[in-house]
Amino acid sequence: MTVTELPRTVVPNPSFRKQVEEKSGEKITACYQCEKCTNGCPLAFAMDIVPHKLMRSVHFGLKDEVLNSDTIWICASCETCTTRCPNGIDIAHVMDSLRQISQAEGIKASQPQVPVFHKAFLASMKRFGRVHEGEMAAMYILKTGGLKGLMSMAGMAIDMFKKGKIKILPSRPNKQVRDIFRAAERKGK
Amino acid sequence: MEVSIYPGCSLEGLAKSYMESVEAVSKTLGIELRELANWTCCGSASAHVMNDDLAVALAARNLGIAEKAGMDLVVPCAACYQRLKVAEKHLRQGKPVEGLPVKYEGSFQIRTMPDFFWENVGEKALIEKVKNPLQELNPVCYYGCLTSRPPKITDAKNPEDPQEMDRVLRSLGANVKNWSFKADCCGGDLTLTRPDLHMKLTQRILDMAIEAGADCIAVACPMCHENLDSKQAEISQETGRTYNIPIFYFTELMGLAFGDPAAEKWLSRHTVDPLPLLREKGLLEMQVRR
Ligand code: SF4
Ligand code: SF4
Repeated sequence: MTVTELPRTVVPNPSFRKQVEEKSGEKITACYQCEKCTNGCPLAFAMDIVPHKLMRSVHFGLKDEVLNSDTIWICASCETCTTRCPNGIDIAHVMDSLRQISQAEGIKASQPQVPVFHKAFLASMKRFGRVHEGEMAAMYILKTGGLKGLMSMAGMAIDMFKKGKIKILPSRPNKQVRDIFRAAERKGK
Repeated sequence: MEVSIYPGCSLEGLAKSYMESVEAVSKTLGIELRELANWTCCGSASAHVMNDDLAVALAARNLGIAEKAGMDLVVPCAACYQRLKVAEKHLRQGKPVEGLPVKYEGSFQIRTMPDFFWENVGEKALIEKVKNPLQELNPVCYYGCLTSRPPKITDAKNPEDPQEMDRVLRSLGANVKNWSFKADCCGGDLTLTRPDLHMKLTQRILDMAIEAGADCIAVACPMCHENLDSKQAEISQETGRTYNIPIFYFTELMGLAFGDPAAEKWLSRHTVDPLPLLREKGLLEMQVRR
């Protein structure tokens, strides 16, 4: 006797869709599954849930699958999907909203290095008002690859320094930028 | 002509050659660039991923400064351009900005560098300054994602097939090739977070440029430049195919056409050495001869 895998039964639950629609301001229900987003997505080949399926998953309320997907962290925000969607859905912005919801709910990112990178970037911005690429990259590599990772990048860094592609001194901190961070962080809570 | 410029963080570091060449060709063309006083980071690709309010406010702060300066604003970096345009649209709708009182009336336009040179400066002024026509050079123009997309934010006229950089370089004599990867994605910051995927996207762009008959790629974005220029040795190693195609900021090519002696300094910072190609095309000797 052969056992065939039965399709999973999904009981739609609108609460997640509503949460995403409210956060993003985008209408998920407008999606009619034309797949244009997926066909133009340069990273669909590496995603576990391709963009049009992700939209449908949000529609059905498959919260765990969506928030734990690789897709939301692999998307490069290239905006091809948003540009081409015949229903005007800003899919790239939906991706942002999903990342933010997953972070706010304390879910461990399936590609943990991605939020680590963005946090290192924002930390540099908050500290200096402008991003110091050398410092930011060093922080990121230290956090993901440890000291060993940092040492392995040293050769490249020296080469870039010699070519004058690394700024010597970071900028001066900017009070307004810190205020912006404070306000956004407060509201984000 | 006077304009404000928002350089963005990369132009102080990685993309120093972009900044220096923008300044040099602007000077040649009689354009006075006024750097926004005390500008700060636009939020780049990270703020919008983590926090929508932060993303708008960080960019909007700089628009407040540009408003005071009272001139059109040119933005050399594609990512900065898009972030500033997002804030512009937000402010135009009269929405509030978290943590920041900005006075904004929208009395000025935000332009990409290629748009500015093509539309505000114009073909005639460009041609007048050409000393070394780029005749022998066969570039493709690579615009990347964020100067064009999404058009409701960027106001791009041809988001799938942008033209301005092509036209600028053509007017300098270059034999610009057509191709369909002008606005495809290079992988952005996946270069640090998923280098394996980034390499695939970059390789595809290099392949398509070569297939189109290009001998170099012109770009208008620090991230595009770094991504296409710096990984070619690694991609060659990985694939067994040799990649060695020079990547230029389009303003470096403008500088070469205008006979700017500083061009060699800009080019010395590249990973793929463009000098052999330029020598072969007789574009360097001209400089020395002068
Ligand atoms: S392009 Fe728009 S309508 Fe089509 S599948 Fe994607 S999200 Fe749905
Ligand atoms: S923004 Fe993300 S999902 Fe949309 S096409 Fe680009 S990589 Fe794919």
